[in-house]
Amino acid sequence: MTQILFKDINKEGLHTMKVYEGLGGYQSLKKAFAQKPEEIVEAVKASGLRGRGGAGFPTGLKWSFLAKDVFPRYLCCNADESEPGTCKDRELLLKNPHLLIEGMILCSYACRIETGYIYFRGEFQDLSFIMDKALDEARAKGYLGKNILGSGFDLDIHTHLGAGAYICGEESALLNSLEGGRGEPRMKPPFPAVEGLYSKPTVINNVETLCAVPYIVSEGADKYAALGTEKSKGTKLVSVSGHVKKPGNYEIEMGTPTSELIYNLAGGIQNDNKLKAFIPGGSSVPMLPADKVDTPYDYESLAEAGTMLGSGALIVIDDSINIVEATLRLISFYMHESCGKCTPCREGTRWLHQIVERIMQNKGQLEYITRLEDICDNMAFKTFCPLADACVAPVVSSIKYFRADYEEYFKNVPAGAAS
Amino acid sequence: MQEYKFTEEQEKEISRILAKYPVKTSALLPLLTLVQRADRVVSPEAMVAISKKLDVSPAYVQSVMSFYTMYHTEKVGKYMILFCINISCQLNGCDKLLEHTARKLNIKVGETTSDEKFTLHREECLAACTEAPMMRVNDTYYGNLTEQRIDQILESLD
Repeated sequence: MTQILFKDINKEGLHTMKVYEGLGGYQSLKKAFAQKPEEIVEAVKASGLRGRGGAGFPTGLKWSFLAKDVFPRYLCCNADESEPGTCKDRELLLKNPHLLIEGMILCSYACRIETGYIYFRGEFQDLSFIMDKALDEARAKGYLGKNILGSGFDLDIHTHLGAGAYICGEESALLNSLEGGRGEPRMKPPFPAVEGLYSKPTVINNVETLCAVPYIVSEGADKYAALGTEKSKGTKLVSVSGHVKKPGNYEIEMGTPTSELIYNLAGGIQNDNKLKAFIPGGSSVPMLPADKVDTPYDYESLAEAGTMLGSGALIVIDDSINIVEATLRLISFYMHESCGKCTPCREGTRWLHQIVERIMQNKGQLEYITRLEDICDNMAFKTFCPLADACVAPVVSSIKYFRADYEEYFKNVPAGAAS
Repeated sequence: MQEYKFTEEQEKEISRILAKYPVKTSALLPLLTLVQRADRVVSPEAMVAISKKLDVSPAYVQSVMSFYTMYHTEKVGKYMILFCINISCQLNGCDKLLEHTARKLNIKVGETTSDEKFTLHREECLAACTEAPMMRVNDTYYGNLTEQRIDQILESLD
């Protein structure tokens, strides 16, 4: 399978300038500087690259939305990887920091940006140290700084650490956090492309998205667009975790069957148990039952199957556990991470938690399921940011496909326990 | 309240941090992190000192700080153990391993050992799901945990 992001990922010393350059690193810059910035934006549009952080928005289009003639502009790389199940950016940042720097330089040149930030989640302190070293190497080589390679283009990139808040992966919350505030989401519009960091036009892209740009510039948009499906172009890193024998991050061409990821790349189900369910795109997307395992892994096919590709985190669940246990763990996560700004999310996540916990303590009754669905209905799409929707996804899908798992708990309810 | 003094090295680091941003307030999280890493706590005195550096009120510093889980208003142990309990780790048996770790340290989850060496926290996803079950001790990630491996890791820390 074609490897773009992971081509040399396990090469010793890849994180150093010497090895990275030896493998052709930073070659795309000369090619880019020979073109007009707009041409790079057009190439990224033509490549079909879409945001790899979760929303899947076309990258080139996002770049073209920047408010015209307003400067300075900023680039923020979202390295706040916090979606449960997702750890692909961590591997890229740990082993190949220069690929991200090269991608950020290309994006900045294309969008006429002179300052970039990499927003790491606070727990990625180790990665920010690695990145600081790589940035120093890039400055020493003249890939960052004034008049880069004689192009007349200036750019510097800085690392910035968050401090433990899932919500800061949401782009407007990330901006508030980077400005030194509480990481609460902003009302949109205005979108960051118009009013972003310090109220200036801002591009925010995920690590994996920016890491795909050097290939597009070096090899051409056509070559990238030839990979994948008609609407989901290129390759995708997928973090396969849970009940599999060989968990890992795997780079696949878009459209590869999910079963190929689970049974071939990840070696199949642990202890040769049976597959029960899988969450294809991180904890915020609906889970699917085992009979949908052949769904092609791309944006459209997964949407058609009633879920989403999300951040590319495939969580595999076998038949050794009751789905309600896993669902409660996810609700608990969203309850913990709700920033509290919007009432439906702040209260809703807590209510869902209380009810499901009660069900698991054998104190529930059938009517609780209707109540859960009711609350979900009053949470979804009624908040500033998608955190509430994300919490609803596992609840609604677990009820839809695994109702029997809930009913299991209603069988042994002691008389008078339910209310 | 005693005045909080940054060390000479910290002052240099603060200048380096401030140079990254066109707006001072952006340095708030980095300065809180700087203090927390040195003191294992962010004291009210430190909040005041940071507020002066950034020309904001101490109340503003506290309101921002309280949003983020990685800052502590009570001193934590020399080794901060963040034990992931989210779904991929749950599916791979983290609950029992967390109990084991707490038993081994003779504390409850959320507590600090009496010698102030270890603090044990239950933590949401740390983005190392393919190495589940995992934990982070200070800046280091440890994956593929078993009871024996946890024992070895704890013993290796002095």
